[in-house]
Amino acid sequence: MNESIVWLTIFVLSVFVGVEVISKVSTILHTPLMSGSNAIHGVILVGAILVTGTADSTGVLILGLIAVVLAAINMAGGFVVTDRMLHMFSGRRTPIESGRKNDA
Amino acid sequence: MSPVLSQLAYLLAAVCFIVALKGLSQPRTARRGNLIGAAGAVIAVLTVMLTPGLNHRGLILIAIAVGLLAGVIGAYRVQMTQMPQLVALFNGVGGGAAALVALIELSKIDPAEPGTVVPLVATAFTIVVGSVSLAGSMVTFMKLQELMTTRPVTFVGYPVAYVGVLVIAVAVAATVVVIPSMALGAVLAVLGLALGVLLVLPVGGADVPIVISLLNAFTGLSVAAGGYVLENTLLVVAGTLVGASGTLLTKLMAAAMGRSLLSTLFGALRGGSTLGGTAISTRPVKSASPEDVAILLGYADRVIIVPGYGLAVAQAQHTLRQLVDVLLERGTKVDYAIHPVAGRMPGHMNVLLAEAQVPYGQLKEMTEIDPEFKQTDVVLVVGANDVVNPAAETIPGAPIYGMPILHANHARQVVFMKRSMRPGFAGIENELLYEPGTTLLFGDAKDTMAKLLAAVKAL
Repeated sequence: MNESIVWLTIFVLSVFVGVEVISKVSTILHTPLMSGSNAIHGVILVGAILVTGTADSTGVLILGLIAVVLAAINMAGGFVVTDRMLHMFSGRRTPIESGRKNDA
Repeated sequence: MSPVLSQLAYLLAAVCFIVALKGLSQPRTARRGNLIGAAGAVIAVLTVMLTPGLNHRGLILIAIAVGLLAGVIGAYRVQMTQMPQLVALFNGVGGGAAALVALIELSKIDPAEPGTVVPLVATAFTIVVGSVSLAGSMVTFMKLQELMTTRPVTFVGYPVAYVGVLVIAVAVAATVVVIPSMALGAVLAVLGLALGVLLVLPVGGADVPIVISLLNAFTGLSVAAGGYVLENTLLVVAGTLVGASGTLLTKLMAAAMGRSLLSTLFGALRGGSTLGGTAISTRPVKSASPEDVAILLGYADRVIIVPGYGLAVAQAQHTLRQLVDVLLERGTKVDYAIHPVAGRMPGHMNVLLAEAQVPYGQLKEMTEIDPEFKQTDVVLVVGANDVVNPAAETIPGAPIYGMPILHANHARQVVFMKRSMRPGFAGIENELLYEPGTTLLFGDAKDTMAKLLAAVKAL
């Protein structure tokens, strides 16, 4: 099979998966979902590491390292801030539990 | 790591990302989903660090550590009210990273080799879209942080400038495909940055979240294109996932606000009517003391709270929860009506109230609670404005026209807690403030809320 066709296949199937997996998201999760998917595209870090690791000039190396820093901010910060948001959702889901806390 | 093994590891990471997105769309599994995504990211980074022939590993590790530290500190330090701008910032740097990667790759592609046209097109695409995402995110950041006006910015000749830059960008991109050079790539990046700024300038403050989501999808697509250039399946899959789900999410968000994406982006260009005003009105309103409002609330059977961004800014949500607890003890039925875009982003208010330990069951979504306003004695609007503004239904030129609203005006009494008569984020006047059934309680939300709480307790 032609290699370009393989890439195209991966792309098209990924589009469908991407649409399908989030199609039933409830409004209250829009913000965490956006933040979480934001963290996922921080995976460009992999690309940044690849180009930096094969840099053949100082200029390219510096640009590559900047890209690594930026991508790492995106990825690490994205996952952590999403977790912080979701942490607030969990743990006190039942009104009873919360009521007890208030009495104390 | 052998090539086959690393391909398998990338596949595992890609599966993690899919499971992560799936998990993130359900309240019960959201947190676990996010952690699975993070695990996928760790697998991916470990795998790439073990790629044979990789140089500068020490420097790369230092760079990762720097970015990691900056990202984590930012994520921990941020106030939940400022979280939308942080997401914008993270998205922007991701786009910038993608553009840089593509720029570097440009220097490595030899156009004389056969079959380089498509990769070069993908490279040019990544540079432009990554730059658009970077610059656009920075402008949204500035708007949300109120470092610049939150109102739509347009100027004479805007459409000409926009189309002009776009045409030049396409022309330069075409040149890059024929004669790849980093210098031309840099020019392309600058054009992309200009496009990004132009894209976001005319967007009004209230619509900015939709744009963050759109730019998020853009970054995803640029990552996917960058992955194609680098022949890395994980980047293609992950980038495309984010691109596709981000586009759908943008549509869902726009629908929740009753807007189309096009009117969000370019609505301001259609004329001055969407610009709104920031003037402080001097029309007479009925205002009351915390004690008066306490009596209203204390002897009501049914109360609905409409919380807005102002509540969170004043950090009054904890006191509000105590007030609701007291009212519940008195036998009043109290719920929170959560407008889809309350706060600065869809779902933002849920995060803010969850932070104040408001029980999940008291948070009612708009469609669920809206019919109940007719049987409601008192609606307490705290730090919200646009989401109860009838102008969304009555004034066709208004910037929020078409946005579904909470019909607080159907209730017997409406109490607005406001700091001043300044209009809301969308910059338009709210007729509801002047209705006979409306009472205003002026003052800082936290302060006033504490007084109100004390007064209700004293009843």
